[in-house]
This record gives sequence, C-alpha cells and structure tokens, in this order.
Amino acid sequence: MEEPTNQTEQTREENTAANHKIEELSAEALLEKQIKRRRFIAFGSFIVLQAAAFGGWKWLANSPEEVKTVTAGAKAPLRRALNQTELFCRRLFSGNHLVKTYPKEMVPKNLRSNSYVGMPDNFNPATWKMQVVKSPTETLTLTIDDIKALPKTELIYDFKCVEGWDQIQHWAGVKFSDFVAHYKLEKQAAMEYVGFATEDKQYYVGIDMPSALHPQTLLAYEVNDGPIPIQNGAPLRLIIPVKYGIKNLKRIATISFSNQRLPDYWAEQGYDYYSGL
Amino acid sequence: MLIYWGNDVYKIAIGGKVLFNFFPEGFYRFFNISHRLSEGMALHFLFMWFFFANGILYVLYTIISGEWRELVPQKKSFKEAWLVVLHDLHIRKTAPLQNKYNAAQRIAYTSIIVMGFGSIFTGLAIYKPVQFNWICFLCGGYHLARILHFTLTLGYVFFFLVHIFQVIMAGWKNFQSVITGFEVIDDKTLNELANEEHGRAN
Repeated sequence: MEEPTNQTEQTREENTAANHKIEELSAEALLEKQIKRRRFIAFGSFIVLQAAAFGGWKWLANSPEEVKTVTAGAKAPLRRALNQTELFCRRLFSGNHLVKTYPKEMVPKNLRSNSYVGMPDNFNPATWKMQVVKSPTETLTLTIDDIKALPKTELIYDFKCVEGWDQIQHWAGVKFSDFVAHYKLEKQAAMEYVGFATEDKQYYVGIDMPSALHPQTLLAYEVNDGPIPIQNGAPLRLIIPVKYGIKNLKRIATISFSNQRLPDYWAEQGYDYYSGL
Repeated sequence: MLIYWGNDVYKIAIGGKVLFNFFPEGFYRFFNISHRLSEGMALHFLFMWFFFANGILYVLYTIISGEWRELVPQKKSFKEAWLVVLHDLHIRKTAPLQNKYNAAQRIAYTSIIVMGFGSIFTGLAIYKPVQFNWICFLCGGYHLARILHFTLTLGYVFFFLVHIFQVIMAGWKNFQSVITGFEVIDDKTLNELANEEHGRAN
C-alpha cells in the first residue's frame, strides 16, 4: 500500500514541477509578448512622429508664396505665423515702455548709414517740402522751418538694424505726437495706420498708429547736434525706436493716414510688416 | 564679437585681425542661405513657438511624472561626472554606479533645460528690447543678449553632435531603450551586474 502512495507523491511532485515549468514558460512567453507589444507601440509612434515632422517640413518647404497684398515675398504659412505672432505680441505693447537712453559720451563719432533706396543723387534739401495728406481733398504743405518751430525733443538711444547691427545715436526733432497735436491731426491719428514715403515713391513704410504715437517717435532734423547728413536722411527723417531700422524712413516727402495697412517696402520683400521692438 | 543676421560678419576679431570666422563662405554656399534673411527670420519666429511649447511640455512632463528625480544632478554628480567623462574617453576603466542616467547625463540634461530658459529669456530681450526693456537690462543689454543667445545656439549644436555621437557609440540596445523607455536585461547579465556591484561594495 505504501508503494502506490509513494508513486502518487512522486507523480504529484513531478506534476507540480511540470506545472511550475509550464507557468514559468507561459509567464516568460507573456512577458516576451508584452515586450514585443510595447516595442511595437514605441517604435511605431517614433516612426509616425518622425514622418509627421518630416512631412510638416516638406509641406512648409513646398508651400506657395503668399498672394501679394500689402505684404509679399514670404511663404504663405510663414506670413501667417509672422502676423499671428504680431497679434500675440501686440498685447505687450505700451506707450509707457520706453527705449533705454544713453549719455552723450557713449555716442560714437562715425554715424552709420545704410541703404539709399528712394534717395536719388539730385536732391537739394533747401527746396525740400513735405506733404501731409489730411484727406483726399486736403493736403498740408510744410517746410523744414515749420517743423523746426515745434518743440524739440532729443533722444540718444541704440538704433537697431534688422541685419543685426546696432549703434548708439543722438537724434533730435519733433515728437510725432507733438506734430499731430500742433497741426490738429487728431482725426487722422485716430486711424489705424500712418504711412511715410520718399519723393520718388521708391521707399515707403507703413506704421501702426500706437507705434507712431509712442512718446519716443521723432520726425528728426538733427543728429549729433547738427543737421542730418544727406546719406542719413536730410532734411527730415523718421526715428522710431520701437521699430527696426527698415521702418526709419529717410528724407520724408509725404505722410498719409489710413485704416488699412499702408504699403511697406520691406514687407513686400518677405519681412514682417510690423517689425516692432 | 559681431553677430549679424544678414551680413556675413560672424567672427571674433581684435584690432581688425580676424581670429575666428564662425561661418566661412563655404558654409553659406553649402546651406544656400545667402540673401535669405527675411525667410530666416520668418522661420525663426515660427519655430520659436515649437521650441517654446516643446520645452514647456517636456518640463511639465518631468515634473508630473516624477522623472525629474532621475534628471536633476545630485551633490555627488559634479564629482562623478568627471569620472564618467574619463570613462567615456577610455582613460578610466570603470564608470561610477548610476541609476537611469549617469552623473554626466544628469548635468547635461538639466543644463539643456536651463539653456532653454536662457534662450527664451535672451530671445525676448532681443525680440522686444523696448517692450521688455527690463529683460534686456537683466541680460546685460541688447548687445550682450545677442551674444548670449547666439552662444546658447552654438551650445545646442554642440550638445546635439555629442549626443548623437554618444548614442551611436552606446549601440542599438541603448537606442532601443531611448525609444521604448525600457531595457530588457536577461538573467545572466543581471547576475553579472549584481556580482559586479557586490564586488564593488566590498
């Protein structure tokens, strides 16, 4: 009677061992399956994400150029991004945010000049006149003496070029806001944009009104305590520290106002219309 | 040091003598980037949003998941990082014990986050120097902010190159774990590792 019991026990032990083995094997198989599954999901997502990134880049690279309006020359999605970024950043703008000013000693002697679009050689600053288009039927014509009769504001600040250079410069002129107040241009200044152009209409900029009315925006007629040299925009130029240099139009011939964005030379060549600082 | 976006004057020069040209003519030709400033700026102002969003999501993830514990350097990390570097350069035979990331990785991966915040900060100083004149001031002025922003960018390029090189050197298994987030270690290797650790502990 003992033998069978032993046998049974032996069998039972064998069975248990076999069961263990099976359990172990199936656990291992399960683990193996899990590993495979997770790897598949991870690599799958990795490849899908890589493909999406590559596809996105390709889409951008092949996207068409924007339809020419007041802006041109940029790929349509990039222009959209520039404009959206401006809409976001506009909320940060305040006339109370001032550009840093410097003492006179920090102004270097050699005033930098750059780009002469709209500035033909045959020009006589003495006969210069400026037109302020108040409405389609009303234009104000001003001489440099008219401008110089207005309160003078000096500004020593860091002029910043979109190409990357910057220079501390010393300008003087009338604040655009003072100019608006003196000539009773409040109605015009209530519009959204102001445009400046050279006499030959080769160079022109459009500026949002809050930036133009910023307390440090000048119609400048002096640099380094003297008249402005021809190549720097004599006799009157725009100095607008809340914009890159490309907006600081030289040799102003006309000023106009509109609720639509006014033409802008560099915005037609792919640059941000606003280029605000 | 001059940093331009448009003109090719990325160089360090003293007294008119050019010591180092960051981007020689060939660089411009190779990448075909001459006279494409407006395009470059537009790309910059689009992709900065991805950079920003990606960074914020990553930092949030590491905080919420608790992964930051594996990433932030510990007191000993700074000492150990040298040993890791020496080990990687095959000067030292053994590397210090590590958890998920080694000491050098902890420092590198945390620095890159600090650098990211630095890029956002200096970037805002350059992008809106008037609206954010206080940020510009804290960056040491417009000019220094530009230099810092540019240097950080060089830092990413350097990080990227070293990182890719290290991933290639570490081999397929490591790359697999980078993607999946786990590494399969068989019992034999595990025992070896345990013995090694045990041996070291003695």
